[in-house]
Amino acid sequence: MAMEMTAGYIETAIKRGLQAIVAALIAFTSGCGRPKASITMAGSTAFEPFAVALSKEYKKIRPDVRITVQGGGSSLGIMTAMYGIAQIGMADLVKLPQEAVGLTATVVARDGIAMVVNVANPVTDITEAQVRDIFNGKLTNWRELGWEDHSITVVSREAGSGTRSSFEKLIGGIVLVKSALVQDSNGSIRETVINDKYSISYLSHGLINQEVRSLSLDGCECTAENIIGGKYKLSRPVFLLTKGEPAGIVKDFIDYMLSHESQEIIHKKGLLPAK
Amino acid sequence: MVERIVKWLLAITAFSALASLLLIALFVFKEGLPFILKTGLSDFLFSSHWDPSHGKFGILAMIVSSLAVTAGALLVGAPLGICGAIFLNEFMPVSVMRIIKPAIELLAGIPSVVFGFIGVTVLAPFIQHNFGGAGLSLLAASLILGIMILPTVISISVDALAAVPNSYRDGALALGATKWQSVHMVTLKAARSGILAGVILGMGRAIGETMAVIMVAGNSVQFPRSPLDSVRTLTSNIALEMNSAIGVHRQALFATGVVLFVVIMILNAIAGVAIRRKIRGK
Repeated sequence: MAMEMTAGYIETAIKRGLQAIVAALIAFTSGCGRPKASITMAGSTAFEPFAVALSKEYKKIRPDVRITVQGGGSSLGIMTAMYGIAQIGMADLVKLPQEAVGLTATVVARDGIAMVVNVANPVTDITEAQVRDIFNGKLTNWRELGWEDHSITVVSREAGSGTRSSFEKLIGGIVLVKSALVQDSNGSIRETVINDKYSISYLSHGLINQEVRSLSLDGCECTAENIIGGKYKLSRPVFLLTKGEPAGIVKDFIDYMLSHESQEIIHKKGLLPAK
Repeated sequence: MVERIVKWLLAITAFSALASLLLIALFVFKEGLPFILKTGLSDFLFSSHWDPSHGKFGILAMIVSSLAVTAGALLVGAPLGICGAIFLNEFMPVSVMRIIKPAIELLAGIPSVVFGFIGVTVLAPFIQHNFGGAGLSLLAASLILGIMILPTVISISVDALAAVPNSYRDGALALGATKWQSVHMVTLKAARSGILAGVILGMGRAIGETMAVIMVAGNSVQFPRSPLDSVRTLTSNIALEMNSAIGVHRQALFATGVVLFVVIMILNAIAGVAIRRKIRGK
């Protein structure tokens, strides 16, 4: 009983804080023009830039609708959608957590998770079983993957990260080895892999650049074609979460994001279309 | 009339600092304590199994790591800082000191993310190349923090040494002591409570530092068995996971804050007692 009360207490505190932020934003912007409707989106930082781009395009068709896009991570996306603070929450998880039950989820895009290593690493392919063993701490030396005799530096995202939970669910059976390094963003994961010749980690497909190299998984390259075609195993959907079935202007905007043109924009900018 | 207004204005400003401290403490305890009571001390404080997605919230390894990183930073920063202060105040001409001391104090203004960046791009690869391990380690964190606390330790130690009356030094020299003898037998002894205060302030900075430590310590949740192991401190844990934590996980991070609060209070209390002993011993 006491437990439930405190949980509720914290929830209200968070809710009030978020409401205050949104209210402040609305108050701040309401001076300039008076659109008839407004939509707030919040959540996944991976999808945030896409949402911004799409909302700008949408504004050309419906100038009377104001769309506010905020980041904050998948968890915040779920939370804000649940409390009705944002009409649309964004989350990039392979499986939505229990907290998200009762929300309607629409898949808007897909994102691949690439296994990445340092550019100096000659290994090109890795099997799913090897990935599991490496992150479980059973496979610890690069020699076993056909490289020099040196220990593997395992690098992972922080607990609660959407990318991490998707990665662990997709590979399955991972209890992260205790000596694994932990970094809290895609950027610092990439930085760590660049600086450590013997490291291995995972990274959103759209964020691979020349400074890190992605491994093929069971002989399958992490490319857009393979992810869309379903051949590459490590891929996750990006969800748009709404409280109940989307309706009215929110539905209109979601339909717009699922339209052919919008999916083209998503594809061009690095994420993969939903279908 | 003016007197009264000024008095009240000053009282309000003084109180605002105190009030915000109190509010922060209240907030952290309010959010974190229920979690500790629910989980129980043994599963929280005395377990090192941290796996929030499976409901495991043991932070013992992080407490130990926090203490180890702080001790490491003091091991690096205290001797360097104290020796530097002795040299600056006792062996350097006053005119040169006037230039060098502000320069050292400037070091305190460098943002911690800059220290962290140097640690990641220079120090960690250097450690990996020469000593092995992943580079991002307890050693890297201790070295970076040791340098970060230098300005605090040096400037307070210099002030403490400068506060020792010159008649002490003259007396020692007149009794036939060498310069070094007068420094370590007279001046240092007279200034030791001030120097200790500098080291303690440095310790406070080291244990509370977050950004630089997240960047160079590697953040593995494990007991450090060697200086080359990667570790996660209490502050890092909160900052790393707060963004993506909801529900119980979030409460657990506030509870981590409560523990950090208590650890810092205990360390400060010990330090306070130590200073008082030293002064009485004098």
